[in-house]
Amino acid sequence: MAEAVRDVDPIEHRPELIEGSPSMGEITEAVARPVEWTPPLGWWIVLGISLSMLGVFGVALCWLIWEGVGVWGNNVPVAWGWPIVNFVFWVGIGHAGTLISAVLFLFRQRWRTSINRAAEAMTLFAVACALVFPAIHTGRPWLDYWMFPVPNQMAIWPQFRSPLMWDVFAVNIYGTVSLLFWYLGLLPDLATIRDRATDPLRQKIYGFFALGWRGSHRQWLHYERAYLLLAGLATPLVLSVHSVVSFDFATSQLPGWHTTIFPPYFVAGAIFSGLAMVVTLMVICRVAFKMEHIINVLHFDRMAKLILATGSIVGYAYATEFFVAWYSGNLFELFAFKNRALGPYAWAYWIMVTCNVVVPQIFWFKKARTHMGILFVASIFVNIGMWFERFVIVVTSLHRDFLPSSWDYFSPTLWDFATLIGSFGLFFTLFTLFVRFVPMVAIAEVKGVLPQAHPRHEHPAGAPSVPYEADPQEA
Amino acid sequence: MNETRDTRSSREPEVWGVLAEISSVDALHGTCEGLRDAGYTQFDAHTPYPVHGLERAMGLKRSLVPLAVLILGLGGAAAGMLLQWWVSAEAYPLVISGKPLFSWPAFVPIMFECGVLGGAAGAFFGFLALARLPRHHHPLFESERFERVSDDAFFVSVAAEDPRWDRDETTRLLRDLGAREIEIIEA
Repeated sequence: MAEAVRDVDPIEHRPELIEGSPSMGEITEAVARPVEWTPPLGWWIVLGISLSMLGVFGVALCWLIWEGVGVWGNNVPVAWGWPIVNFVFWVGIGHAGTLISAVLFLFRQRWRTSINRAAEAMTLFAVACALVFPAIHTGRPWLDYWMFPVPNQMAIWPQFRSPLMWDVFAVNIYGTVSLLFWYLGLLPDLATIRDRATDPLRQKIYGFFALGWRGSHRQWLHYERAYLLLAGLATPLVLSVHSVVSFDFATSQLPGWHTTIFPPYFVAGAIFSGLAMVVTLMVICRVAFKMEHIINVLHFDRMAKLILATGSIVGYAYATEFFVAWYSGNLFELFAFKNRALGPYAWAYWIMVTCNVVVPQIFWFKKARTHMGILFVASIFVNIGMWFERFVIVVTSLHRDFLPSSWDYFSPTLWDFATLIGSFGLFFTLFTLFVRFVPMVAIAEVKGVLPQAHPRHEHPAGAPSVPYEADPQEA
Repeated sequence: MNETRDTRSSREPEVWGVLAEISSVDALHGTCEGLRDAGYTQFDAHTPYPVHGLERAMGLKRSLVPLAVLILGLGGAAAGMLLQWWVSAEAYPLVISGKPLFSWPAFVPIMFECGVLGGAAGAFFGFLALARLPRHHHPLFESERFERVSDDAFFVSVAAEDPRWDRDETTRLLRDLGAREIEIIEA
């Protein structure tokens, strides 16, 4: 009897993760196709638009470096303008990639295999976009080495008690670890492309990056252990990164920033925004690359639930901020929050609340969670709302200084817009190139979640059969 | 590739080992157990995705990657704290808000990040070292059939350096264990 209980595969009672029960060969074929075909016109159009936006970024940055930070709307009292807003926005976008690849891996959410590759790529590109802003926000990128603990001619060293220094380490290490994690997951799939390549140049290039992967179990054994541990390391890392980003604000003494709720609130918001970006990208990619059976309704249903959950946490945090402002009895704190909701930036605050708290409520309905059009539109709203969240936090807290004579109204300039649009250009250019040159779904992992992937224990009696629950490497 | 090797030497080409295609993932377990029980140690299974439980069928030990992660993770954390202590208390002592020069609680975030970096490097490079990668050339790549290992085929390879290796004996054993196609791989 115990034997029989052990042999039951709990997964079989669940809906199949990949629709249409494809064979392994069909999976390889479907995922490798976009890497091997001559790209259609649509791909070139998207690349063209993305490159144009990237060009705008180039011009905006050159003008900034030539002229100085005066080209932006930043000025006292709002000295932290859009650059920091964009930085926090992009770091946040990245976090959903790590949630999907690492946190869901640890929780053995096997459905993540269809989307984790693309989500991790999104993380890398979002972190790349984010890193641009601290590098250029002073208008003097040639002084960036001041941020790093390197010996220099001034004989001075960084101040490690500053959260801004923590940020330098957190975001750079986050980018590095995400890259290692992504590349490790990519190895078997690069080998697939290598083995399928008929063109010797392709074979050499993909072969070089596949490092000579042979799919041998002596390699898989270490591979899986390393993957599990990287997931285990990336999970606390991703929580720490946005916590540290929030420390940039929370450790200051400014009403509206100086709250202990910031770290969890920022992390939830980051994952919320990133999931929305994953949905935006995947709704398009699955159709464009004919992967509707691999990235199917089930995946969107679950991502929408996560968006609803994180969106509700964010909404709860907004409410808590007001409650604490009132409960603290601190007049300055109360003023800051009243001013946020009813002051000159009330329009921004209510855009934020509508997009982040009201719109996701539609995901209580299964119809909305499984309708691609609704998912797409709602995810765009969330992206907008989360950008506004950072705008509200930065600008509304700063524009009413302690000295009323310094009060001012911040307005962005044309170059602020150009920099923001340009950063989207960098993101979309990288992502467009990614879907063309790298398998956008983890082929080996998807094969592993197919029903036929694992033995039904038909091998000779006496051989040890592996209970599902006991295997720590199971994803 | 095979032709060029054959013309190069007229004598019996050196043998790296044997590659056998296995029909299914179920049969793979049986074949590995058969080889293990026959006393083979230098054999390997090749699969397009990780097949769990195969390490037991093959008689492999646990991976040592966690050890690399532990050592480099702790090393990274220690290096992070050491750097901050040295910079703040030795190289550039600066009193900030009346705090001690080595105000370690403020240094915890960076220590943690450095520890994660070390651990991640341990996982990645530990994996490469233990999996003997990168190795861009391997005798198995000479086999046409082996190209399907990253698609949908399952293989078992036995290296000639195995103490139990005997060309005919090993081939027969693999056939008895149900291998479909058996191919001798030249070194």
